Amino acid sequence: MSFYLRRVAFYLVTLWAAISLNFLLPRLLPGDPAAIMLGKLRRASGGRPLSEETIAAITSILGAGKDMSLWDQYVAYWGRLLQGDLGVSSTRYPAPVADLIAAALPWTIILVGVATVISFVLGIIVGAWVGWRRGTWLDHLVPVTTVFQSIPYFWLALVLVAVFSVQLGLFPIVGGYDVFEFPAGPELSWAFIGSAIYHAILPAITIVLSSVGGWLLGMRNMMVSTMSEDYVVTAEAKGLTPRRVRTKYASRNAAIPSLAGFGIALGFVVAGSIVMEQVFSYPGIGKLMIQAVQGLDYALMQGVFLVITLTVLAANFFMDLIYGFIDPRVRHNG
Amino acid sequence: MVDSQPTLERADDSYATGDDALFQSPVSAEAVRETNREATATAAIAAARATRGGRFRHILPSRSGKLVTGVVIVGLITLFGIFGPMIAQPPRDSSNEALQPPSAEHWLGTTKLGYDVFSQLAWGTQGSLFIGIVAGIVALLLAVIFGVFAGYFGGVLDEVLTLFTNIVLVIPGLPVVMVIAAYVQNAEGLGPLARSSLLVALVLGITGWAGSAVVLRAQARSLRTREYVAAARVAGEKPGRIIFVEILPNLVPLLAAQFIFGVIFAVLGEAGLSYLGLGPTGSITLGTMLNDAQTGQAVGTGAWWWFVPPGLIIAALGAGLSLINFAIDEVVNPKLRLAPENAKRQRRAAKAGKGVADTGAFA
Repeated sequence: MSFYLRRVAFYLVTLWAAISLNFLLPRLLPGDPAAIMLGKLRRASGGRPLSEETIAAITSILGAGKDMSLWDQYVAYWGRLLQGDLGVSSTRYPAPVADLIAAALPWTIILVGVATVISFVLGIIVGAWVGWRRGTWLDHLVPVTTVFQSIPYFWLALVLVAVFSVQLGLFPIVGGYDVFEFPAGPELSWAFIGSAIYHAILPAITIVLSSVGGWLLGMRNMMVSTMSEDYVVTAEAKGLTPRRVRTKYASRNAAIPSLAGFGIALGFVVAGSIVMEQVFSYPGIGKLMIQAVQGLDYALMQGVFLVITLTVLAANFFMDLIYGFIDPRVRHNG
Repeated sequence: MVDSQPTLERADDSYATGDDALFQSPVSAEAVRETNREATATAAIAAARATRGGRFRHILPSRSGKLVTGVVIVGLITLFGIFGPMIAQPPRDSSNEALQPPSAEHWLGTTKLGYDVFSQLAWGTQGSLFIGIVAGIVALLLAVIFGVFAGYFGGVLDEVLTLFTNIVLVIPGLPVVMVIAAYVQNAEGLGPLARSSLLVALVLGITGWAGSAVVLRAQARSLRTREYVAAARVAGEKPGRIIFVEILPNLVPLLAAQFIFGVIFAVLGEAGLSYLGLGPTGSITLGTMLNDAQTGQAVGTGAWWWFVPPGLIIAALGAGLSLINFAIDEVVNPKLRLAPENAKRQRRAAKAGKGVADTGAFA
């Protein structure tokens, strides 16, 4: 039980640290983001004065003048956050930041989630096979995967778009769905879901291609190490079928570190997909983040950063729980 | 080559008795186990090497195909980055014709503004390498401080440093970099530093050290319990001296590997950041080239010579560095090298009809 308590405590501390970082960055770094943001909002609202409420929201997110102590600002910041108030966007004035994020989040979670699981399963299966056949020509596959791993996500996306969309015309160039067919925005129909899947194929291929190498390599190396363990030799000596040795004895244990790495890797996948979404103009959270950063929409940027961090933390936490269940050694030793 | 089996077992015992840090994640627990095992194996290999090679033979990776390929790739790119800008025409010379495909005059064509792509590529390689190396050094220094110090001193300091490392590790890197870059680059107080490659490199270094720290900490913890470190302590050596004279030299292969990781991370990070328009403005990097290509509609107009070369250089550089890392890895973890070799030998014996089973796990 204490394992789970420790993990919960760790994630609570991390969550607190991430939120505090979000609070401190605009206040401690040079510059005055609150003033820039208020100026942007004034221009966005067409020169009309902003409501007291909006100004209070922005100063509590990005930092008030010298008349308020840092501690008081911190308390006010938490108060707003707990009410789910992330302020108002200046690039899409007057939409609240929380609504914009809620609309974008499902796109990214479904795309990145599905693609990551495909990539993970593929990498583990192929990696186990390559590790099993160590010492054959399959070993040459290993250096090849590193090339794929070193390719920047977004550059691969650019090449795929250039080849499959621009040259061959097989896939759409941009967007998450056909905006001409569905001008009113997302709706719940088969036609819409079909259009969304069609638009998601190239982005998903990009994610799988550039992340599968890492899983494959990790699994292969663990498999090679596991194969020289005594219990695998014993299983072989007992006369178990090669298939049984491979699946029940070697792969199962070799996959454990990969599972542990899943949470950490997810952070990289999210990071990679942010830039990739820009290439495809995919209506996800990464596009929103880029829009915010480019338009100096600090409130939106902070909100998106917070949500990305929360999502990655939640995924990590979930993986840790599963990990403690799969590998009892961590519960007792960790 | 060497019978490292007995030492491997000793390593396995030592991790079972390790202290249970409050916030140690399963990942780092696994890393501890792995590196403990690797540590003794490295020692065994080193002992074997020392008898036949020179003094520093044991810290050099063996000359394998991977290492040679990696060094050649990285060497060529580095030479291109150093000498390319000297021979190419100025990178922002817009007197050429715009959007020309590759020709004898412009080996890689020209951009929309008439810049020579080959020349841009040479300057961009130099810029990206500079950022990668500076960020790699910064990340390595931080990793040593957070990893080695935590692992060596243990106790409360370890708890605090490890907690901090793990927090930095789970918070996704690129979003943090984007947020910091967006604030810093629009600050007035920084002057010319605000959008320089140096600042981009610093931001990437400050956010990219945590993974290395976890690995180094595990290794330092295992080295702390060695006899020669204990002997140095008993002899009254100061902790600082023990770390720099006794511990760090034994970490050289790992430090090299982590530095290489840091460089790859930074080059890729810079490319992403610059592509989004958050990169350095004054200098040319491979990322800013891709950003120019994006804003210049290179993909839509089919100007492949504009956006393909920078990505290829990044991929080749990353692959070359990874290959060098593999070679280091196979030294640090001999199982990775010995096991496939043994399997190969066994399979050959089976083929020659020497009576070894030709199916199953060991064939």
